[in-house]
Amino acid sequence: MSVNERINSLLQQRFDERKRDFIMKTRWQLVHIDPVLLMALTLLISIGIVILYSATNQNDEMLYRQLARLALASIGLVAFAQVSPRTYAKWTPPMYLLGMGLVTMVLIMGVIGKGAQRWLDLGIIRFQPSEIMKLLVPMAVARYFSHVSLPPKWYHVVFASFLFLAPGLMVIKQPDLGTGLMIIAAGASVVWFAGISWRFLIILLTAVAASLPVAWHYLHDYQRLRVLTFLNPERDPLGAGYHIIQSKIAIGSGGLFGKGWLHGTQSQLDFLPEHATDFIFAVCGEEFGLWGCVLLIVAFLAVTARGLVIASQAQDTFSRLLAGSLSVTFFLSAFINMGMVTGLLPVVGLPLPLVSYGGTSMVTVLAGFGMIMSIATHRKLVAA
Amino acid sequence: MATRRLKIKDAQREAQHFLRRNLLIGIIIIVMVVALIMRLFLLQVIEHDKYTTLSHQNQLYVTPIEPNRGLIYDRNGILLAENLPVYNLEVTLERVSDLPKLLKSLRELITISDEDVERFHKLRKQRRRFEPTQLKINLSEQEVAKFSVNRYRFPGANVKARLMRHYTDGPLMSHVIGFVGRINLQELRRIDTSNYAASQYIGKVGIERFYEGALHGRVGYERVETDASGRTVRVLSRTMPLAGNNVYLTIDSRLQKAAYEALGKTRGSIVAIDPNNGEILAMVSNPPYEPNRFIHGITSKEYKSLQDDPQQPLFNRSIRGRYPFGSTIKPFYGLQGLKLGTVTPKFRVFDPGTYQIPGNKHIFRCWKWASGGHRHVNLRKAIVVSCDTYFYELAYRLGIRRLADILFQFGFGKKTGIDMREELPALVATPEWKRAARGRSWYTGDTINAGIGQGYMLTTPLQLASGTAALAMRGKRYTPHLLHHQVLPNGMEVPYEHKVLPSVDVKDPTAWDLVIDAMHRVITEGTARAFGTSTHYKAAAKTGTAQVYSAKRHTHLNKRALPEFLRDHSLFIVFAPIKHPKIAVAVIAENDKSKAKRAARKVVDFYLVGPPKKDKKSDKASADEANENPQGVVR
Repeated sequence: MSVNERINSLLQQRFDERKRDFIMKTRWQLVHIDPVLLMALTLLISIGIVILYSATNQNDEMLYRQLARLALASIGLVAFAQVSPRTYAKWTPPMYLLGMGLVTMVLIMGVIGKGAQRWLDLGIIRFQPSEIMKLLVPMAVARYFSHVSLPPKWYHVVFASFLFLAPGLMVIKQPDLGTGLMIIAAGASVVWFAGISWRFLIILLTAVAASLPVAWHYLHDYQRLRVLTFLNPERDPLGAGYHIIQSKIAIGSGGLFGKGWLHGTQSQLDFLPEHATDFIFAVCGEEFGLWGCVLLIVAFLAVTARGLVIASQAQDTFSRLLAGSLSVTFFLSAFINMGMVTGLLPVVGLPLPLVSYGGTSMVTVLAGFGMIMSIATHRKLVAA
Repeated sequence: MATRRLKIKDAQREAQHFLRRNLLIGIIIIVMVVALIMRLFLLQVIEHDKYTTLSHQNQLYVTPIEPNRGLIYDRNGILLAENLPVYNLEVTLERVSDLPKLLKSLRELITISDEDVERFHKLRKQRRRFEPTQLKINLSEQEVAKFSVNRYRFPGANVKARLMRHYTDGPLMSHVIGFVGRINLQELRRIDTSNYAASQYIGKVGIERFYEGALHGRVGYERVETDASGRTVRVLSRTMPLAGNNVYLTIDSRLQKAAYEALGKTRGSIVAIDPNNGEILAMVSNPPYEPNRFIHGITSKEYKSLQDDPQQPLFNRSIRGRYPFGSTIKPFYGLQGLKLGTVTPKFRVFDPGTYQIPGNKHIFRCWKWASGGHRHVNLRKAIVVSCDTYFYELAYRLGIRRLADILFQFGFGKKTGIDMREELPALVATPEWKRAARGRSWYTGDTINAGIGQGYMLTTPLQLASGTAALAMRGKRYTPHLLHHQVLPNGMEVPYEHKVLPSVDVKDPTAWDLVIDAMHRVITEGTARAFGTSTHYKAAAKTGTAQVYSAKRHTHLNKRALPEFLRDHSLFIVFAPIKHPKIAVAVIAENDKSKAKRAARKVVDFYLVGPPKKDKKSDKASADEANENPQGVVR
């Protein structure tokens, strides 16, 4: 009697949960938002704003501006989530060609203007085509592989490589080493997910390693300096090495628990350069210590992991490759930034995504997550 | 073709394949994160102490505070060197993004000369990081106001108030006090750099240099927290600097002024000493220079023009000028003659106007040779009329060693020990010196020349004054000095430490009486009648002439036709009153025959009688001016 009742009530409970689950899911799916990813992003962005407030030396105006950008980027995220992956796939080739055209234009204008040129002024809005390429390149490569029987043959890989190497190298030549490398990484990660054979991968890596001296030849002087400084920061403590020395001092002096919010002397007293932008992770390390850094890394991991889970659950090749690539690229840019701030990697001008002060990258990153959410929520209803 | 390929895509297999790649990526990501956290662990836990120290070094900065330099007063407490607040325009280069633009716009606002800019560029090469460089010194109040209003336009530029040395009497005390200037490399090696960490100036010459240690004081320190651009955020602790000692000089600045005015445009030097203690009452080297121009950093052009000036204003004649004694040497030799018994008061020499060393053809002339000499002369008369022949004979009898001996006893030929670093010893010539310096042996003729103060014997005006003071005190000698006393910051007075000098002993005190009486007669009936007697005091004096141009034997040729710089120097020593001497003066007037006597009279009068009353009778003695002709000629 009581046993039956208990079984019944348990069953009822399970059924209710499932029902609620189902309803919830469909509600989230209706607005095309993935709640887990949203939570992870919210956690990350919240930590980021706390750090940013301190990193800007409690500059309210900069905080408001960042919040405004965040609002704009969030609208972008929601908007991008509404578009179905099929539509993205359909529009990828023309958009990619347009993007390539813009990158070429910027490069040519830069050559004419004899100097660094990243921005394209379209009268109403100014933007960096290279930022858009961070989205368009993985889309294009994913789209290409979606029409190929996977795993790809070597010539598929070669063609796909052209799709990301061409814009990547052009952006590096702009010169914007960080973004250029990220574009290449985005494309390469699609190739990885598409299932490049190990043998071919090893051959490719060997080729890249062999071409490094050639690449060195094409680097700008200040980029070479950065690599040399990375190898030995003390060789120029007041010039190029100053950033990395001060950043290591900031992080190292933070210790386990940090000096406390708003109490980092390195950043508050301006010893740490670029502390609101590229070197914001050092502020985190100084004021919140090792535990603060680990928490931030965990937040990055959560976002990435959710992205990868969504990728693995995606129902078609294009969605899978795109979601996987965007997630990996996101993590990679965060890792490269943190690696450079801690002196693990050379200084390349890459911001810490979603944390650093600055607009363009925040919009493109959140737009990317909009696409991932679109992939997560635009699922054909299959009997589960 | 493509559509067919699409069809043969194996969705199931692809998904599985993707999953495998995805897991691999997950593992790679985990490895990367672990590497990152290990790196953070290394920095934040293992090397934490090292970076904490570095972080403290970054923000904690010890700023030295400059001590206030001690003030300089004269013996009556009149301020001679003070520190004035001056507003300087300074630029901190670390905070300037575009220097040429900043300079350009600053020059549009306030007048900054090309010399200022030149000096700025020179200074900024030797500065420390975040140390401000002076662009313009001594801004006017309007300029300060103008800059303050527009300050926001010039990040990195700042107006800063500093204390700067100022010499109230300007040129008047230039050769006594000297001046301070920017610390140069040589000085940097010499000084205690930590004590000078905040100081930009150091005593370069004169009193400022000699008493640098006392005047400078001890540096103070301030531990401050700074930001990356070197701005002070807050002061953590402070050790106040200790101001330098105030220095009171023995100089009477009114007498100093009177002495300058007495020389007028004539180049030369006057040194007045209190014979009772060696205190220098006045020390003048004419022409002087403006010491205040050196403090702000003199331009090379200005400095060159001072150096190339034929009047040599930078040359401190009082302690560095080496002049032949001329006849002022005679009283000293007279004393030696009496002391050693070489001559007696009664001993007479016949002066026919010329003198010959026995067995030598060369003829030495007395200055009065043209009118047949002085006839019979004893020592007293020889001093009064400055008879050369008598002293030729005396020198011949004494010999060079005994001549040099008495001069050394009076302090000639070596530094007097005055509190000035620049002093030169001048020269008392000996056979040893001549062999070493000239590589020749000593001739008797050299001795004869030395007998009347020509030839090799040289004295500085200071030595001459000091020797005169010793004459006045009948052999008692004191080191001439400029420091009267110092006052420590706590108010304690530290007097000058007198050094005892050996007295000149002539055995028979009547020798002093004779020489001093003769020197008194120099004024009343001898070569210095132009000095004139005074109702207020009795003085003793001796004239002298130092030859600049050897006119050979044609002494009656018109000396006034010679170019000015070839005319003889006139020398004069005097002390007064005879009984209880209060002042001893030595005057050297370059290329001027008569100035020395009159200038000396003015100085002695000023000191013993007071400022001259405005009655004009000064030219009464002009008739006697040309009284003393140049001395006999050196071959």
